[in-house]
Amino acid sequence: MTEQSRHREDIEAGDLFADVPPPPPPDYLRDGRGIRSWLLTTDHKRIALMFYAVIVAMLALGGIFALLLRTELLTPDQTIMTAPVYNRMFTLHGVTMVFLFMIPSIPATFGNFVLPIMLGAKDLAFPRLNLASFYVYLLGTGVTLAAMVWGGVDTGWTFYPPYSTSTESSVFPVVVGIFIVGVSSMMTAINFIVTTHTLRAKGMNWFRLPLFVWAMYATSVIILLATPVIGLSLGLVGADRLYHFGIFDARFGGDPVLFQHLFWFYSHPAVYIMILPAMGVISELVSTFSRKPPSSYDAIAMSSLGIAFVGFFGWGHHMFVAGMSELDAGIFGGLSMFVAIFSAIKVFTWTATLYRGRVAFNTPMLYFFWFLFLFTFGGMTGVAVATQSLDVHWHDTYFVVAHFHFIMVGGTITAFLGAAHYWFPKMFGRLYSERMGLLTSVSVFFGFLFTFVPQFLLGNAGMPRRYYSYPARFQWLNVVSTGGAYLLAGALLLTLINLLCALKWGRRAGPNPWGSHGYEWMTRAIPIKHNFETPPVITRGPYDYHLPEEMPHVDPQAR
Amino acid sequence: MSTRRLAEQFEDLAKQDHAARLAMWIFLASEILLFAALFALYTSYRAMYPDEFARAAAHNNLAIGTINTFILITSSATVALALWAVRGGLQRLAGWLLIFSIGCGLLFLVLKGVEYGQHFRAGIYPGAGYRSAELTGQGVVLFFTLYFLITGLHAFHVVVGLAVLCWMTAGSLRGRFGPDEHVRFELGTLYWHLVDIVWIFVWPLLYLLHR
Amino acid sequence: MNELLRRLLFLPPQASTLARDIDGLHYFVIISTMLGALLVTVVGGWFLIRYRRAYVDAHPDEYDVQARPPLWMKIAAVGSLFLLFVIWWSIGIRQYLELRVAPEGALEIYVTAKQWMWKFAYPGAARTISVLYVPAGRPVKLILTSRDVIHSFYVPDFRIKQDAIPGRYTTEWFEARSPGVYEVLCTEYCGTGHSMMRGRVVALDPGDFDRWLGGADLETPLAELPPQQYDPPWVVGQTARAPEVDPVVIGERVAETQGCVRCHSIDGTPHIGPTWAGLWGSVVPLASGDTVIADGAYLTESIMDPMAKLHRGFPPLMPSYLGKIRPAEVAAILAFIQSLRDVEAQPAPPPATRDGGAP
Repeated sequence: MTEQSRHREDIEAGDLFADVPPPPPPDYLRDGRGIRSWLLTTDHKRIALMFYAVIVAMLALGGIFALLLRTELLTPDQTIMTAPVYNRMFTLHGVTMVFLFMIPSIPATFGNFVLPIMLGAKDLAFPRLNLASFYVYLLGTGVTLAAMVWGGVDTGWTFYPPYSTSTESSVFPVVVGIFIVGVSSMMTAINFIVTTHTLRAKGMNWFRLPLFVWAMYATSVIILLATPVIGLSLGLVGADRLYHFGIFDARFGGDPVLFQHLFWFYSHPAVYIMILPAMGVISELVSTFSRKPPSSYDAIAMSSLGIAFVGFFGWGHHMFVAGMSELDAGIFGGLSMFVAIFSAIKVFTWTATLYRGRVAFNTPMLYFFWFLFLFTFGGMTGVAVATQSLDVHWHDTYFVVAHFHFIMVGGTITAFLGAAHYWFPKMFGRLYSERMGLLTSVSVFFGFLFTFVPQFLLGNAGMPRRYYSYPARFQWLNVVSTGGAYLLAGALLLTLINLLCALKWGRRAGPNPWGSHGYEWMTRAIPIKHNFETPPVITRGPYDYHLPEEMPHVDPQAR
Repeated sequence: MSTRRLAEQFEDLAKQDHAARLAMWIFLASEILLFAALFALYTSYRAMYPDEFARAAAHNNLAIGTINTFILITSSATVALALWAVRGGLQRLAGWLLIFSIGCGLLFLVLKGVEYGQHFRAGIYPGAGYRSAELTGQGVVLFFTLYFLITGLHAFHVVVGLAVLCWMTAGSLRGRFGPDEHVRFELGTLYWHLVDIVWIFVWPLLYLLHR
Repeated sequence: MNELLRRLLFLPPQASTLARDIDGLHYFVIISTMLGALLVTVVGGWFLIRYRRAYVDAHPDEYDVQARPPLWMKIAAVGSLFLLFVIWWSIGIRQYLELRVAPEGALEIYVTAKQWMWKFAYPGAARTISVLYVPAGRPVKLILTSRDVIHSFYVPDFRIKQDAIPGRYTTEWFEARSPGVYEVLCTEYCGTGHSMMRGRVVALDPGDFDRWLGGADLETPLAELPPQQYDPPWVVGQTARAPEVDPVVIGERVAETQGCVRCHSIDGTPHIGPTWAGLWGSVVPLASGDTVIADGAYLTESIMDPMAKLHRGFPPLMPSYLGKIRPAEVAAILAFIQSLRDVEAQPAPPPATRDGGAP
């Protein structure tokens, strides 16, 4: 159905019921013109798009740093940069990817866009806070990047003292920048939680929430509990550089390992901040494209909360070789495994959802398939590195690097790309090229494998991470990994080009091109500013594919 | 009676107020966690240096600490009374109660400054600047570093809280709040209570636990 | 089987007594991980193909919107995974205890890390830098600390790793199965020279070790070592060679084993410390503003107490070698530096040198 004919139908329908036909409200992309209407908007969808643009730019930036790093590692000695430059570069890569891309990625873009629509709300509970969070994020990003470009930081994204308190590089402004970005993600988190509590449409009880909303909710809880602690610990490192507090400095009786405890108390849950939204996306994809409810809604929803809870008790497995007592190592190792159990419940549920479904095979589903493999393998290697005696060999080697890239790139970025394709018609009202989508998806997967599988082997062979130069026996695996990184970067670039082309030339999409029963597809092809013409009343769950197709989820006649 | 505009995403005022309160409570919880990280550091170091921490805590001016506790609790009480007054439509009374609370807050800061001055005169500075000859030991230095960090962060919250109270005072005296219009006022009082509550944990940790 | 899997997984040689057991768990964990991931992927992929929309639309009774796995299957899947993890954990923690608790009577060696070298102190007076001498077939307990930032002492061949933390003493232990040379890597990021902070463990025959510890000539045990397994970049030339009598050659080797050449270049290229090329007899500008002629007395003093007369323009990084180097070795190093006096590659000295007047 074309835009015009639908408009005509809207008008005709209006004619039947009203004396004066109300003009149909424009879609959110056209509701207000000019740069001001974007920069000062309080519409969650426009804010989401602004986040989207900046966050993709951050991904590109982090990716460029990664390519430079991989290029340097082509040869055992200096290739294109000196050791101090390399050390600044991997810090840049880590900080950009973790704090500027990964943590806000799915929540601030897709979460911001679809969460209120999924809830049947007109907007988030605090639209101006939402806009503020965007500018706070921009400010934090600006401060962080400026400090890293002008001064450079060579501590790694983990900022371990006493190195971070004694290095010459400009740690303080970077820490301030990260703190500001943290404030932004807390604003978003408060908004999500309050919106989920207060703005659910009539008829939407907690167990009719789409699973993506559950994932966002769990993520927001983690953000709110963990971010203040990292803010404070990084703040202490920053303050230490200004005033020499020595709170983590052995010369003043402080204990540098305490910083690691505080840091990982945040940063380990932060891993779940990064992966839970991805799991939420996957739950939506699987159900839509197999036309079945998830084989257990409760299992997925509750395991999200379970991960959010247990995730706070595993941080110690980052310190098995930092002089931790054997008892603590046993406890932390055991607790870490529970996270894997909750994740496994999700993996089983997704797989079982496909069983006897009507499975459509397309780009988002292909990304789901990659996710299934990469996340399961990456997740199980996570339990492997939490196995104490093996961690002694693997700790701080490329095995760990490969493990968390499997989760973060193989998990979060594939889900991010899956979401980018899945919600593309809703965001822009157009369809991307399916053929190019499949092609780029396959190249992303193989680029990824070639990049990170050699890194597992490098870790086994004993190559430590953050090594600028390395013994020559590690070389050929590094060369393979670098080649894979270029393939991956090319594939990601192609994906971006494909989506950008679709933005301009893609076929127009209807309101619900995937035939999904999710609430976000019940709006117009491109939603209007307040998402729904009339407040929706939810009469069934988001995955009730057993109910007949014609039955509306949203009953416009009620009220 | 002032009227409020209902934000368009909410269906009624009750929900909007509920949302505002919920957001404030969540924010306060995250503020508590900010202090919790410092308290965790305090606990760890106290376990490492129990005797030195006790000695250092004994050196703190218990009188000032206790008076400050009394002042903060009093100010919290008057702030709570002010909320009661606003709900009853007694806006001017609320304004004066808040001015009293602001006075308490300022007095707290002055006393805190006096205490800092005493420490500086004794050569007690945080971290590398520490130069007291009579009270030595790594644990002591750590204690005072944490002391300055915790009280400093708390004092910063007091200043923010005072700014909030000033805004509330101005609003009350101009009649911007009322029986139907007190949610934002209530949220402001919650913030001041947070400042108070945190101090109630700080006081025993830094002044009373010296045995 | 062990050897095949070890090579397939790129694991280094199993040179310590515990390495073999740890690798056993390694194989088990990695193989079950791969099988688990493959199983999920194959089942998922099979469903993707089996229930593809085109097929199901042609066979409508294949589609069952309510289909879900029976309860026993869910319990079995999660339960068996849990059991698998418990097995990993119980073997892992037992091995971890073995790795952490050194046997009674282990030889204790103190390890001090600093940016960017390892220093070893043995029972008695012996000290080495970057090269750790241990007896093979005898447990050795390392007691680690750090002078500056956190480092981590990692010997891949032994499957051991332990952070060296300033202000704390941590321990690790190993028992080398046979004499040989094993690589030491720093695995906790410690700054610019992190990736060059490497060293060697030289496991000697116990008899040789005792003789070495008792003050026997350094070269003797080295000469009997098997050929190098690795190509450590810090070695300039061959280490295993017949004993030399030329003090210049001995000095060159001492400079290598003591780690001097990792900061001081011998061909005039700028490095962390002043180059030795053309150093002998030159006028050295001091941080204090004075100058001094680099003769034997000054150089000896700088080895033993580097901060006393610091070369201007260089960071105060050099550790004192007092008590860690034998007088004969100092003499050899001085002979070596003297032999470099005519190396021309020295870059233009800073202008301040000229202020000090002609020698």
